[in-house]
Amino acid sequence: MSSDFRVEGYGRVDRDQTLTFTFDGRTYTGHPGDTIASALLANGVHTLGSSVKLGRPRGIGASWTEDATGLIQVEEPFPEPMLLATAVELVDGMVVRGLNGQGRLAQIPDTARYDRKYHHVDTLVIGAGPAGLVAARAAARRGERVALLDDRAEAGGSLTGTETIDGRPSRDFVAEVTTELAGNAQVVHLPRTTAFGHYDDGFVLALERRTDHLSDPPAGRSRQRVHRVRAKKVVVATGAHERPIVFADNDRPGILLAASARDLLHRYGVLAGREIVVFTSDDAAYAAALDLVAAGAKVTVLEVRAQAPAGAGDLHVITGARVLSTRAVLPADETVGNHGRIASVAVMDGGGHEFGLTCDLLLVSGGWNPTAHLFSHVRGPLAYDEALGAFRPARSVPGVEVVGAADGVLDLAGCLGPEVTAGDEPERTPGEVIWRVPGATDRQFVDVQRDATVADIARAVGAGLRSVEHVKRYTTIGTAHDQGKTTGVIAAGIAAELLGTGVQDLGTTTFRPPYTPVAFAALAGRERGELFDPVRTTAVHDWHVAHGAVFEDVGQWKRARHYPQPGEDMEAAVLRECTAVRGGVGILDGSTLGKIDVQGPDSAVLLDRLYTNMMSSLKVGSVRYGVMCGVDGMVIDDGTVLRLADDRFMVITTTGGAAKILDWMEEWVQTEWPGLRVHLASVTEQWAVFPVVGPRSREVIGAVFPGLDVANAAFPFMTWRDTVLDGVPVRVARISFSGELAYEVNVNAWYAPAMWERLLEAGAPHGITPYGTETMHVLRAEKGYPIIGQDTDGTVTPHDLGMAWAVSKKKPDFVGKRSFARPLNADPLRKQLVGLLPTDSTTKLPEGSQIVELCDDGVLPAPPVPMLGHVTSSYRSAALGRPFALALLKGGRERVGDIVHVPVGGQLVAAQITSSVLVDPEGARRDG
Amino acid sequence: MADTLYRSQVLPSDVFAALPEGLSVTIESHVAMAGLRLRDLAEVLNTTPPVQPNTWAATPDGQMVWLGPDEWLVTSRDQQPHELESTLREAVKERGGAAVDVSAQRLSLRLSGVLARDLLSLGCSLDLHPSVFTVGSSAQTALGMTNVVLLALDSAGEDYRIFVRSSFAGYLADWIVDASAEYVN
Amino acid sequence: MQLIECPWCGPREETEFHYGGQAHIAYPETPSELTDTEWAQYIFFRANPKGLFAERWSHSGGCRRWFNAVRDTRTYTFLATYRSGEPQPEVQS
Repeated sequence: MSSDFRVEGYGRVDRDQTLTFTFDGRTYTGHPGDTIASALLANGVHTLGSSVKLGRPRGIGASWTEDATGLIQVEEPFPEPMLLATAVELVDGMVVRGLNGQGRLAQIPDTARYDRKYHHVDTLVIGAGPAGLVAARAAARRGERVALLDDRAEAGGSLTGTETIDGRPSRDFVAEVTTELAGNAQVVHLPRTTAFGHYDDGFVLALERRTDHLSDPPAGRSRQRVHRVRAKKVVVATGAHERPIVFADNDRPGILLAASARDLLHRYGVLAGREIVVFTSDDAAYAAALDLVAAGAKVTVLEVRAQAPAGAGDLHVITGARVLSTRAVLPADETVGNHGRIASVAVMDGGGHEFGLTCDLLLVSGGWNPTAHLFSHVRGPLAYDEALGAFRPARSVPGVEVVGAADGVLDLAGCLGPEVTAGDEPERTPGEVIWRVPGATDRQFVDVQRDATVADIARAVGAGLRSVEHVKRYTTIGTAHDQGKTTGVIAAGIAAELLGTGVQDLGTTTFRPPYTPVAFAALAGRERGELFDPVRTTAVHDWHVAHGAVFEDVGQWKRARHYPQPGEDMEAAVLRECTAVRGGVGILDGSTLGKIDVQGPDSAVLLDRLYTNMMSSLKVGSVRYGVMCGVDGMVIDDGTVLRLADDRFMVITTTGGAAKILDWMEEWVQTEWPGLRVHLASVTEQWAVFPVVGPRSREVIGAVFPGLDVANAAFPFMTWRDTVLDGVPVRVARISFSGELAYEVNVNAWYAPAMWERLLEAGAPHGITPYGTETMHVLRAEKGYPIIGQDTDGTVTPHDLGMAWAVSKKKPDFVGKRSFARPLNADPLRKQLVGLLPTDSTTKLPEGSQIVELCDDGVLPAPPVPMLGHVTSSYRSAALGRPFALALLKGGRERVGDIVHVPVGGQLVAAQITSSVLVDPEGARRDG
Repeated sequence: MADTLYRSQVLPSDVFAALPEGLSVTIESHVAMAGLRLRDLAEVLNTTPPVQPNTWAATPDGQMVWLGPDEWLVTSRDQQPHELESTLREAVKERGGAAVDVSAQRLSLRLSGVLARDLLSLGCSLDLHPSVFTVGSSAQTALGMTNVVLLALDSAGEDYRIFVRSSFAGYLADWIVDASAEYVN
Repeated sequence: MQLIECPWCGPREETEFHYGGQAHIAYPETPSELTDTEWAQYIFFRANPKGLFAERWSHSGGCRRWFNAVRDTRTYTFLATYRSGEPQPEVQS
């Protein structure tokens, strides 16, 4: 199909190459440099789809992102909904559909790459129009580090090429400046990059579209990039948006902003219509009209003002005119892409005569709205300018400068400033601010995308709304993809007229990021899939992988949960692992446990203040279990403490609590007791920790460390010993989290895989079984050892856990002690940790289940049924041959033997309350 | 059974093998490192510690990196980890200081090449321009989503050392490889 | 993304920091001598002014030092940051 509306001699698209694409199933052609909109208009296609609410035909209304109507769905190369036809660059083979209402998200994963990049500059210039180019060049010439961001594919902004700057064509000026900037290593100039948010301390986010315009982009290049720019000074040179005038049936395809038609002509060589009516109250439309006439169109100008301005030339101008309404092409005359397109306008001239004009394009110009969004984002105040009919920056904000049309400067000379000379322009006649023409308000569209009309504003005002922010929310005006770039102020103006007040008095709208829509994928950047969240692994992770471990996430750590053998599910694997540990020997990778080196003469003083029990009395060579509470007396972590020297301890925290507890200790040292001579350091990754656990562990450890006396007398429970293996220092500690005889082997993690293999080899004759965290959990629960964060929830004291023995009565104070004296903590009905044995010996109570009690007659109490507590841990026990649970239960310790009930899948399951220690309550097994 | 307790690498040695031209990462395994704490450190050491925040200084066999007003990271090519700890601990113990072996706590990576700074700018919020992050500078900050200690080794922005927590090394390696795809054409 | 001036490391992005609540609230000398009300006051009650507020921050993603800041709660503006142990500087919003 030929491009009927492409004009020879105009535009900067590459006509030597032809690109093919389809729109609504029909094949069209365009050229490199085209957008979907320009290519469609070149083919005479104006209508893209229909509106979301009323189903009225919708077309292209502008030439860039201010377009309030022209939405499409891209299907190929990758499905993406609700894109502006004016902002999608054409590449060969694209498949595009018009949108009838809403779009459709892709049903397949997006394989494109997205990323971010940080920049630091002295001056950031946003917008590469004349004002921005001058500002960027000046900053670069001052020797500053500069970033120049521009949302369009090529620099120059609104310059059409017809202007003269410094005595030569404006495009030459643009080329000169961009070449100078490109040659300066201190300058970053990014086209196709939309600054969409401006935040505190000179921080600007910008979206760069990097590959969509390329027919064959490099595979590794990110499709979109969010630039995070930190600038000492931000220059907002974002230009202005042309404002339409509202009249009846102003939503038809074939109605464009006047400057957009001019842009289409000069940028893409597209004449959007041949028989054109221009409806204007501003001078800028005359430049457009003259250019369109020169390109071969027939143009009639309907001038709102009583007199045509100086730049009218030979144009046919009807002054004092109003467009009353429009009519669409008759169904009989419809062609492809023409449905609902404008065919004529009803006009009233200055003398009150009404008549019709036929046309295939209506251009509208009601003045200009400074694009002050990025100024408003940082709380830059906007004030209504009566002459401009728009909001503009009212006063300066530190570190931000607004220049050119964004500041309300509408002449080229003003935008270029004193250093650059603009060619002669016709003198500007003041525009007339006109929001709308009287007429049928329910067909006068203010927000074309939202199908919101003047009648809707009248309804909002009639409902008593007095603020423009409220009117916006009531009518949805300004909430579509364009965020009211062109018509937001019109809504305010019409509301003000209806209320008989000034626009300023209604309250200004506040612009918020993003300036244009940004895909979540771009915001996510590289942080998805494997890189969504850092994965932490231990030094023997590869072994776990190689041996079929199933992993669980513990914080960011990957921990081996169990090692299923062929045919085993988790339950079978865990029962096997548990049996092996209690019956022989097992080995666990405990390297993820938090480890904190505490050094300095006051180390013991600090630990006495932070642990509930006494640590200063711990002997070098010994280990003690300890509990830490917050100032509120609630348990925050537990673990063991090794005394390495008089002035040195190793504190072991839970895996999940490692960072939190180091921060907690550091906070007290730095902010409360800076006089203490004590230093803390994380050594979590320094030490690989391998608990060798079970009655046969002594043989294994004895075999691996011949220099170590593993006899119970020489190396008793809760002590540690240093030894050396092949010249490498190794620390072995008799700590048990299972109740079994156990040795925790600690070694510099460089040697972790070798040590792990040694232990496995030495354990092979004893059937050593690697076990995971699930087995570890079962074994500890059988002994009633709580997991902080699973069996506790921040409302549990050591006493609630049955650990009064771990709370010192001798120490005058420790963190949390004072709270234990509060009456609430002495309440005998506090929830306490107990064991639960389902009486059917088969049901595994779901963790988190509520616990209730039946009345004497065996029925539930009347609702609301009192909740006595909940199940915190629940497993099948190999040692017990049945399921068991731990629970927090009101007054539980006094109720051992009682029967309570737990709802499971609609049934009440009876469970007997027991001590939390279910296996080896005498502690006979820990010494083997 | 192996004859000696062998040392392992945190990362596979070929993880950075396919980086594009202009970018290289060397895994510097098995560097002895110690955390050193003492406010008036200069008085007890033969070497002058970097006292300016966010700087590092060369020592005869390694580096000293400022981590805090009384905290340094010391690396040594010549000493065994436990030797380094005990030497330093002897020096500072009596004054209430501390020294702790952290050789396996972090992995040292050397990132170099003309693209090195650009790569870092894809995940580090700091201004690493050589006029700002001058040779001798260091920083504890985030790269991607993990914390690192970053050292500027040259004045051209083409040579850096990165210390990363060992457990995050795999993540950081994946991040670097993923980010470097940008430069493959 | 605000910048917060660490008294040691200089300006860094706010995500490198952790908030620590109101500054200059000392742990009581002898908690055992406090009434329950006084103890509860220490644990749970903090000022929440509109305007200048002295608060604690930790440069947790950097040098791990705690420091203090005076911030205007109306604008989030940091008016001053100062090292732990230093007196609160006189600043105007």
